[in-house]
Amino acid sequence: MTKSLLLVGVGGQGIILASKILVSGLMKIGYDVKMSEIHGMAQRGGSVTTQIRFGEKVYSPCIVENSADLVIAFEKIEAVRWLDKLKKGGTLLVNDYEIYSLPVLIGKEEYPKGVIEKLKEVVEHCKVFDAFSVAEEVGNVLTQNIVILGALIKALGIDTIDWVEVLKENIPEKLHDINIKALKKGMEL
Amino acid sequence: MKKIMSGNEAIARGAYEAGCTVAAAYPGTPSTEILENVANYKEINSEWSPNEKVALEVGCGAAIGGARTLVAMKHVGLNVAADPFFTIAYEGVNGGLVVISADEPGMHSSQNEQDNRLYAPHAKVCMIEPSDSMECLDYIKESFKISEEFDVPVMFRVTTRICHSKGLVTLSDREEVGVKKYEKNVQKYAMMPAHARARHVVLEENLDRLRAYSNKCSLNRMEMNDTKIGIITSGVSYQHAKEVFGEEASYLKLGLTFPMPDKLIKEFADKVDEIYVIEENEPYIENFVKAMGIKCTGKEVLSVCGELNPHILRKAFKKEDEGAGYDVDVSLPKRPPMLCAGCPHRGIFYAMSKYKDLVVSGDIGCYTLGLIPPLNVTDTVICMGAGFSAAIGLKKAFQMGNVDKKVFGVVGDSTFFHSGITGLIDAVYNKTPITLVILDNSITAMTGHQENPGTGKTLMGEITEVIDIEAVVKACGIKEENVVVVDPYDLEKTREGVEKAYNATEPFVLITKRPCALIKEVRKERAHLNCEVVQEKCKKCRMCLKIGCPAITLKDGDILIDKAMCNGCELCKQVCKFDSIVKVGE
Ligand code: SF4
Ligand code: SF4
Ligand code: SF4
Repeated sequence: MTKSLLLVGVGGQGIILASKILVSGLMKIGYDVKMSEIHGMAQRGGSVTTQIRFGEKVYSPCIVENSADLVIAFEKIEAVRWLDKLKKGGTLLVNDYEIYSLPVLIGKEEYPKGVIEKLKEVVEHCKVFDAFSVAEEVGNVLTQNIVILGALIKALGIDTIDWVEVLKENIPEKLHDINIKALKKGMEL
Repeated sequence: MKKIMSGNEAIARGAYEAGCTVAAAYPGTPSTEILENVANYKEINSEWSPNEKVALEVGCGAAIGGARTLVAMKHVGLNVAADPFFTIAYEGVNGGLVVISADEPGMHSSQNEQDNRLYAPHAKVCMIEPSDSMECLDYIKESFKISEEFDVPVMFRVTTRICHSKGLVTLSDREEVGVKKYEKNVQKYAMMPAHARARHVVLEENLDRLRAYSNKCSLNRMEMNDTKIGIITSGVSYQHAKEVFGEEASYLKLGLTFPMPDKLIKEFADKVDEIYVIEENEPYIENFVKAMGIKCTGKEVLSVCGELNPHILRKAFKKEDEGAGYDVDVSLPKRPPMLCAGCPHRGIFYAMSKYKDLVVSGDIGCYTLGLIPPLNVTDTVICMGAGFSAAIGLKKAFQMGNVDKKVFGVVGDSTFFHSGITGLIDAVYNKTPITLVILDNSITAMTGHQENPGTGKTLMGEITEVIDIEAVVKACGIKEENVVVVDPYDLEKTREGVEKAYNATEPFVLITKRPCALIKEVRKERAHLNCEVVQEKCKKCRMCLKIGCPAITLKDGDILIDKAMCNGCELCKQVCKFDSIVKVGE
C-alpha cells in the first residue's frame, strides 16, 4: 500500500529539511519513496508544501484531492488551507503556531480565531501540539521543525529504525545534540 | 549504491558519470540546482553565464572543441538561447551536447507555461524526456551517446515535477571519455549560406537515421497489459497514468520524442482497442498520432492549461470523482509572497510609491514583488531584461500620444548583466528620457543566491573580477550627472535620488547598492541589530505598516517588531514621524 503524506507550512519553517530527513529514513526502512516540493516565490514567506509518497512502488509524485493519509501542518491556518487534500478518515497533525501573512500584518485581513476548535470538530483524527514551546524548552526555537518531525514519526508508527542516526547524516555536526533532543521530545508528543 | 535524489541532482550525477567536462547555465527555477550540483564535481568545468544565449554559445564552442557538454536553462531561457539553438543543429557536435530545457506546466514561479517540446521539431534537435530521477540519470548518459553517434545536439526536456521530485537512484562510476580531438572543418562549423545549405541536407539525413533508432531504442518502450486501452505518454505524465490505470491499460512510454517513433506508434495502435494520449500542456504527441491517421483521445478531455495529476486523469478518463473532502468554516487570510524583513528593495520601492503617476516597468526577480500591496509600484512584467526595454516602449507610446508621464524601468544586478544592458544602450542611443533603476543587491536572489558577474566569485568558488555597474553605465553613454548611486537603507538619500530621477529630462540611471538581507555574511553581520517600538511614544498612526515589512506586526492595536526577523535596516525608523522606533544592538 502506498502512503501519502503532506507537510504544509510557511517558508522559513524548515519543512524541506524535515522532509529530507524523513525521506532518508523511509528509504532506510526499504520503501520506494517519492518526494515533491515546489520552490520559487514561495520562499519569500509564502505557503510551502512538500508531498511524500512511499510504499513498495510509487509512481506519481503528486498527492491530489482528499488522498493524503496524513497531513501535518507546521502552522495552523495552513492546516485549513490544505485540508481538502486529507483523505476521509485520515490523520491531521497540527502545530498550534501562528505566522501572520502580510495582509494580516498590515491589518488588511484578520487572522481567524478558533481554528483549532473548528478543525477538531470536523476531523475525527486530529492531534494538536505546541512544537514551539517544546523547541524553546530544548533551547533553540529553530528546532521546531525537528520536534514536529519527531511527532510525525511517532504518528506514522515508523519508529523501528534508528532515527537519531538518520538525523545525524542530514545535519551539521555542531547541531547534533540539540536536534537529537528536539527529535526525542517530539516523539513523546 | 542507492541514493535519494531530485531530478536535478540526478541530471548532474548523470552528466558526471557520462564523463561530461564542460557545463554552463543561467539560473532559473526549476533548472537552477542542476548546475549547482554539477559544480560539486570538480572534473566538470562549470560556470554561470550572464544569460542563456551565452551559456549555449559557450556550450556549442565546447562541444565543437570535443568536450561532452551540458547546458541548462528554464523554459523561457530557451527563448533567449533560441538563436544559437537553431544553428547548432546544422553544425552538429564533436563532443556530445545536451541542452536541458526545464519547463513549468502550472507556472509555480514563471511568467508563462510554454511547452518547449514544440522547439524540437522546429529547431530539428533530438529530444529526450525522462519521467523520474532514475531516468534523469540514465537518459543523460544515453543523451551524450546519441548526440555523438548521430552528430546532433540533444534537448533534454524535463518539468518542475521531475526537477524537484526526489526518488531513488542507483549510482555508478564516472566513465572517463576525455576530450575528443578537434579538427578544423569550416564546412561543418562555419555557417555561411553555402555551408549551411549543405549542412541542412546532412541534418535531415541524421534525423532520418535517428528516426529509425527512435523506433527501436530502449528509451521508447511498450508495456503490454490489458489491451482494451492503450496509453501513449511521456515524462511525468507516464507516472500519473501508471498511478491511475496500473495494469488495466497498456502503455507506449516515450523517452525519445523527437524524431517520433512512427513505426512503433503504428505497431502499438494495432495492438490495442482504444488509444489515450496523456500529456501536459500542448498536444505534441497527440497531433503526431492523429496526423498518422490514428484515432485517439487526448485534449478533448484534458486541458492544455496547467499540470496534470492522477486526480485530473481519473476525472477525465474514468469519470471518477473523489467527492468532497473535509471542509471547515474558516475564512483564510491570503499568504502572498513578500519581500523579506530588511530587504534592500523595500526602501527604493517605498520612495517610488510616493509618485502616484509614475509608470514602472518591472522585471523578473525578488523585486517583481514590488507590484503587490502595500508598495503597489510596478505596472508591467514581461521577461528578463524587459524592465528597461519595455520602459522605453511605454515612454515612446506616451510621447506619441502627447502624454506627459514619467517612466521608470527596474532591473536587478543579475538581470542587468543578463539582458538589461542592451536596453540601457538602446535608451542612450535613441535618447529616450526614462529612468533606469538598477537594484544591485550583489547576488541573484530570486533563484536562491547564485553568484553573477557583479559578485566577485565564480560558480566554482574562485575569486574573480567584479564588473562595476556604475562604470559600465557611464561607458554606455549615461552622462556623469545623470547617474546617482544610493544606499536604499538611507531613505532620505533614496528619496532625493528618486526625485532627481523623476525630474530628469535625459536618460537617467539610479543605482541602489546594498546586499540582499539573506546573504549568509550579511545575516551574520546584522544578527544582533534590530529596531524596537517605544510603546509610550507610538501614536498608532500605522505609517510604519505601509512599508510592508514582515517583521512589523499590528497586534491588538499595538505595533510590535519581531526581534528575530528584524535586521535593523531602520527603514521603519525613518518612516515614523514620532521617533517612536529606536535601533538597538549597536
Ligand atoms: S528595521 Fe524596521 S523595516 Fe527594517 S527589518 Fe526591522 S522592522 Fe523591518
Ligand atoms: S531574498 Fe534578498 S533581495 Fe530577495 S526579498 Fe529577500 S532580502 Fe530581498
Ligand atoms: S509609524 Fe511610529 S508612531 Fe506610527 S504606528 Fe508606527 S511606530 Fe507608531
